[in-house]
Amino acid sequence: MQRVKMENTTSYGNRAPKGLLREWFARTPMLGWLLGFLTAVVLENLVGAEIAWRLGLPKVPVLFGFVIMLKKPVLIPSAVLYEILIYGLPVALIGRFASAVTNSIAALLAKIPLTLSAALHLGLLYAILHLWSGISDYRVIVLKLTLVAVMLTLSLNVINGYMGEFSCSHPGFMALGAYSTSILTVLFFAKDKLFGPPLLPPALGPFLFPLALVVGGLVASIGALAVAIPSFRTRGDYLAIISLAFMFIVKSFIENLEVVGGPRGLRGQPDLAALPTVFLWTVACIWMINNFVRSTLGKALNAVRDNEMAASAMTVDTRRTKIAAFLFGAFWAGVAGGLFAHVLRYVNPGTFGIQRLAELLAMVYFGGLNSVHGSIVGAVTISLLGEALRPLEIFKWIIIPLLLILVMIFRPTGLIAFREFDMESLLRPKFKEDDKG
Amino acid sequence: MVFFFQNLINALQWGSFYALIALGYSMVYSILMLFNFAHGDIFMVGAYIGFGVSTLLISLSAMGAVALPNWLILVLTIIFSMFLTSFVGMLVERVGYRPLRDAPRASAAITGLMIGIILETGNLALLGAQRVSFPPLIETATYNVGGVFITNKKIMIVIVAAFLSLALHQFVRRTKWGMAMRAMAFDYVVVPLMGVPLNTIAALTFALGSALAAAAGILFGVAYPVLDPYMGILIGWKAFVAAILGGRGSIIGATLAGFLLGFIEIFVAMIFPSTFRDLIAYSIILVILVFRPHGFFGEPYSARLRL
Repeated sequence: MQRVKMENTTSYGNRAPKGLLREWFARTPMLGWLLGFLTAVVLENLVGAEIAWRLGLPKVPVLFGFVIMLKKPVLIPSAVLYEILIYGLPVALIGRFASAVTNSIAALLAKIPLTLSAALHLGLLYAILHLWSGISDYRVIVLKLTLVAVMLTLSLNVINGYMGEFSCSHPGFMALGAYSTSILTVLFFAKDKLFGPPLLPPALGPFLFPLALVVGGLVASIGALAVAIPSFRTRGDYLAIISLAFMFIVKSFIENLEVVGGPRGLRGQPDLAALPTVFLWTVACIWMINNFVRSTLGKALNAVRDNEMAASAMTVDTRRTKIAAFLFGAFWAGVAGGLFAHVLRYVNPGTFGIQRLAELLAMVYFGGLNSVHGSIVGAVTISLLGEALRPLEIFKWIIIPLLLILVMIFRPTGLIAFREFDMESLLRPKFKEDDKG
Repeated sequence: MVFFFQNLINALQWGSFYALIALGYSMVYSILMLFNFAHGDIFMVGAYIGFGVSTLLISLSAMGAVALPNWLILVLTIIFSMFLTSFVGMLVERVGYRPLRDAPRASAAITGLMIGIILETGNLALLGAQRVSFPPLIETATYNVGGVFITNKKIMIVIVAAFLSLALHQFVRRTKWGMAMRAMAFDYVVVPLMGVPLNTIAALTFALGSALAAAAGILFGVAYPVLDPYMGILIGWKAFVAAILGGRGSIIGATLAGFLLGFIEIFVAMIFPSTFRDLIAYSIILVILVFRPHGFFGEPYSARLRL
């Protein structure tokens, strides 16, 4: 409560602090941000425990101090101080004062091929995430699940945002991917009660895991045909029902499949979804979906959404477009489902029900329709909020829905909707003339 | 054959719940072209309000303040709860749907979903996690008709459900408000220009739908006396399927489809192992929708679908 009050009193001229932040970071390129955060996580690794101890915190705040603050309100000042010391200061200082250096490096990087420069930035990002999650196992699992959520949200956005259908079948696609991947890996690489000894040496696992994930994605795509083909004749609410029925059918089908454990679920997946694997798959997913939606086919999706008849008159092959969107979205949902199963190393059909659907829809519509940025923001925010508000127990499920209702009322299409995701402009150096123009 | 009739009775009872809830979905849909995804949870709230009202009335009559027979308590409970729950429906409309009248439809669907979650969680926070059991208001009497066992509760449930859907049908057909609703369903852009208040009609629609859901909730409580905060989710989504299956905004369609869904579910469970119920029931629905994509009584695809 106190914190909220303080913010209210200091932000009389609502614009000022926001403008100040914007002014402060106006010339910080992506490289500057990354270096700032890298310094912060290195700092946390080196002296985090020491500082936490000096500030009287029981341990290093795991999720930006939220959990500590909600559990023991007395520790709010020290938790805030810790976050400012470890994260706020390095990012602010490096962002601002190293911007001359980072900008000139960014300018140099802009001259080399984009792929190379993007790979370099992603390497930095991975280093940050790796060091950040190195602090505790809890962070690792939260990070992995967040990355999986990004993939799911993005793939749902292809269907619900870019193509404008209200598809409810995503948990079903996810379940198909999760189960097919799990069956493959358990069959080949793990000793299991159901499937017996591994058919292949488990050492091969990490190399063949991508193949299993692709198979999972393909199975989900095949399942998606059940929704894609009816979508030729109908759309809107009737398609929503068809997809909902599909979700129920998949869940019920798996519950009745004793081979994979029925309602008890399938466990014993080998530990194949390490952080680098999940990270690489997420990057691949973002890259491919971004390319897909910016291609001619992707633009055709928007045309079909806005006016199917007009799109068809303008020589858009609506059937091909719809089927491509459904299969593509389902493929990535399947892959994400496979990763999800291997992150938790346990799946049961109950995971892929209405609850999951509501969560995924919330992520998509919170972040923003028709935008890759939006999906990333939505998935990360909702996942982290869900974890950070955990000490509030059930009140979490009042706060998050309220937040979403507010977002929907004030920004009906989501926070960052209809924005193109362009790697080149994202990594570009920010000189003075840029922000003037 | 006896077995068949026994299941027929069960299916009629089970279908009554779906039909009553589906009506609420269907009416809101016909007017606003939106689904009230909080409707399943309004059903839950209705059941809880019914629980509260009946407990209050029972304790009042036990204290001797008013001497009421049990059947009268049930009738009063249904009436009061329908009245009270209609305000919940209007509140949902005011908070989640009115501010989003011009927004994309999916946004309103999300607010509906979220209000549903808030209702569930709010209930959980208020009343705690233990389940409450609905007070037994009427004694179960079982009649044996040629080997088929019929309980008085089942008869009552089916009759009340049929009566309420007929009453709604008459309301929509015969009254001025009903005419306004039908006009709004026909064209909600032009009709407000003719002086029909859109907001009032929308609120009325939500109120009527919620009242029916409350009735369904109390009947459910009479038949299956254990209430829990998540009881509305699954039954709500299934009734939503029934509403779609019935066709857009059709009262008769929604009622019939509700009963049909009840029949499918009960008879599938009769023939196959009951774990196959959802699998087969939804496969049947999928097949129906593939051949009749607009439901039984719905008009085909029209340009009015705003997205």
